[in-house]
Amino acid sequence: MSKTEDVLRDLDSKDQPALVGYFPAGYPTIDESVAACVAMCESGVDVLELGVPYSDPVMDGLVIQEATEEALANGFKLKDLFPTLKRITDSVDTPVLVMSYWNPIMQYGVERFARDLKAAGGAGLITPDLIPDEAADWLKISDELDLDRVFLATPSSSQERLANSASLSRGFVYAVSTMGITGAREDLDRKARDVVSGVKASGSDTPVCVGIGISTADQVAEVNSYADGAIVGSLFIKAYKNGGVAELTESVSSLKSGK
Amino acid sequence: MNNPTNLRAQDGPYFGEYGGRFVPESLIAALDELDATYQQAKADPLFAAELAELNHSYVGRPSIITEVPKFAALAGDIRVFLKREDLNHTGSHKINNVIGQALLAKRMGKKRIIAETGAGQHGVASATAAALFGLDCVVYMGEVDTQRQALNVARMRLLGAEVIPVTTGSRTLKDAINEALRDWVTNVDHTHYLLGTVAGPHPFPTIVRDFHSIIGIESRAQMLNDYGFLPDVLAACVGGGSNAIGLFHAFLDDPSVRLWGFEAAGEGINTPRHAATLSMGKVGVLHGAKSYMLQDEDGQTVESHSISAGLDYPGVGPEHAWLKDINRAEYFGITDDQAMQALKALSQTEGIIPAIETAHALAGVIEHGKTLPAGSTILLNLSGRGDKDMETVGKYFGFLGA
Repeated sequence: MSKTEDVLRDLDSKDQPALVGYFPAGYPTIDESVAACVAMCESGVDVLELGVPYSDPVMDGLVIQEATEEALANGFKLKDLFPTLKRITDSVDTPVLVMSYWNPIMQYGVERFARDLKAAGGAGLITPDLIPDEAADWLKISDELDLDRVFLATPSSSQERLANSASLSRGFVYAVSTMGITGAREDLDRKARDVVSGVKASGSDTPVCVGIGISTADQVAEVNSYADGAIVGSLFIKAYKNGGVAELTESVSSLKSGK
Repeated sequence: MNNPTNLRAQDGPYFGEYGGRFVPESLIAALDELDATYQQAKADPLFAAELAELNHSYVGRPSIITEVPKFAALAGDIRVFLKREDLNHTGSHKINNVIGQALLAKRMGKKRIIAETGAGQHGVASATAAALFGLDCVVYMGEVDTQRQALNVARMRLLGAEVIPVTTGSRTLKDAINEALRDWVTNVDHTHYLLGTVAGPHPFPTIVRDFHSIIGIESRAQMLNDYGFLPDVLAACVGGGSNAIGLFHAFLDDPSVRLWGFEAAGEGINTPRHAATLSMGKVGVLHGAKSYMLQDEDGQTVESHSISAGLDYPGVGPEHAWLKDINRAEYFGITDDQAMQALKALSQTEGIIPAIETAHALAGVIEHGKTLPAGSTILLNLSGRGDKDMETVGKYFGFLGA
């Protein structure tokens, strides 16, 4: 019953590539982030990943760090997340997942966060520093509210852990393409294929999207040839920084169309 | 309830509700490998023998205990004993953990170590071990700290390590750990993250504690053999908490021994500029473990402040959080000025120059020793020497220049 899964499966059945796009809430301001996210969805992003700015983003490279620092410096507060999310989900049908490090959610209250996320039209959560082993509260409330929950699968994960991530993920499994943090890389690691095939081999039918280091249309096309979607973040922030919404939407549509 | 006679048996991943592994999945395999390697090493008499030999002939263990009666007189009618970790090779307790973890890195076949450092003591110790064992070494250090601990930056470079100033966030220890974690996520195949304190994801709090527990094991035997009693109180400074847990651990199941930890209260515990995590923080997740931390209502980490780079950290090890909650240990704040006055006091009464970090414990003894009955005894972990701090000290007291 995951809208995210429906969207990804539908694209797959039509043999079309799927693009998951990341953008931070509140960057550079709340209004501008809403406009940027809506424009991304309208220009080709199939699933939106709305980032929560956090003081210690250890999974993120410099581009995202600087953008989220700027959002915080411009006054973004956690309570602003849900109105921001609602404005986006009111404007577009695209499923929107929130990507957040765990401490802000813990401080807000896991159950309260989940309910407010649901009420704002959010599809679910991507949790980069929460492994299923530590996620008891989140597993429970996300089941109750039927929210997507995206765990990571990485090249260093054992087959047992890949299977566990896959069976507990809903929406999609976030396959980490290479050992590293977010940020564009020229050569996408071949390890991504192994992670995806490991997840598939576990018998899971949850879609698998590949992220980290994707920055070209060719990479998006390549990833979509063996996975269910490509996740792009840093590149979109760079585009926005360079040329605002116009360059951002151009970047989205060129990645989506493979040109 | 925890059995009060079995506190030493807690080996993680959780200490009460604290600890765990709140890290990206990318690091789990490395943490599992480290844990497995450590368990094998612990069971291997050859590992114990190699570590003991290095501790003896390289680090200079056992470190001595010095009674300091003139300093003690400042704290009332009590006796004060110093466990002299400042006399270890490289000048602080940090070497205990570094030698142990470098041996583990060797066992895992990892040729590159990375480390974070605040005051530079852990960075220097890591660079030392890298030189000794022929490992590549990269040390992440907040840009602010590279300036206030410039001498230690030079020491690390002399030893052959690469020092990378961290320019993100608050540019101190917290951000150095973020950057080290990013490096580790990227290079985990061939790199060991030689974490320098009892924080971070399991198994780090347990491993780092165990390698430092020699401080308490030696002290306990030395007090019994040389003086015939156990001290009434143990005292140590607490940033991440490694030297404190190293001293406390062997005594956890001696209920007559009180445990005092002294945090950096910076400009005052009721000002925004302090690093008193256990006294003023809230429970959260930082750098991979659940523990107390300084944060705002949104869960954003709040920048800490202390004159001592080594205590300038908004988190604390999970075992300390647990010892606080079960009332086994007590934690107090000590201001920058109290610490600096205590540093001068020990220097001038006993001819021992402590690190500014360590001076927080000395100040704590002066303040809280007065509350003890006459004749009470305190054993204090003199965790580091003050050579690295001479510029800060010189400026603070106007000792520089003609």
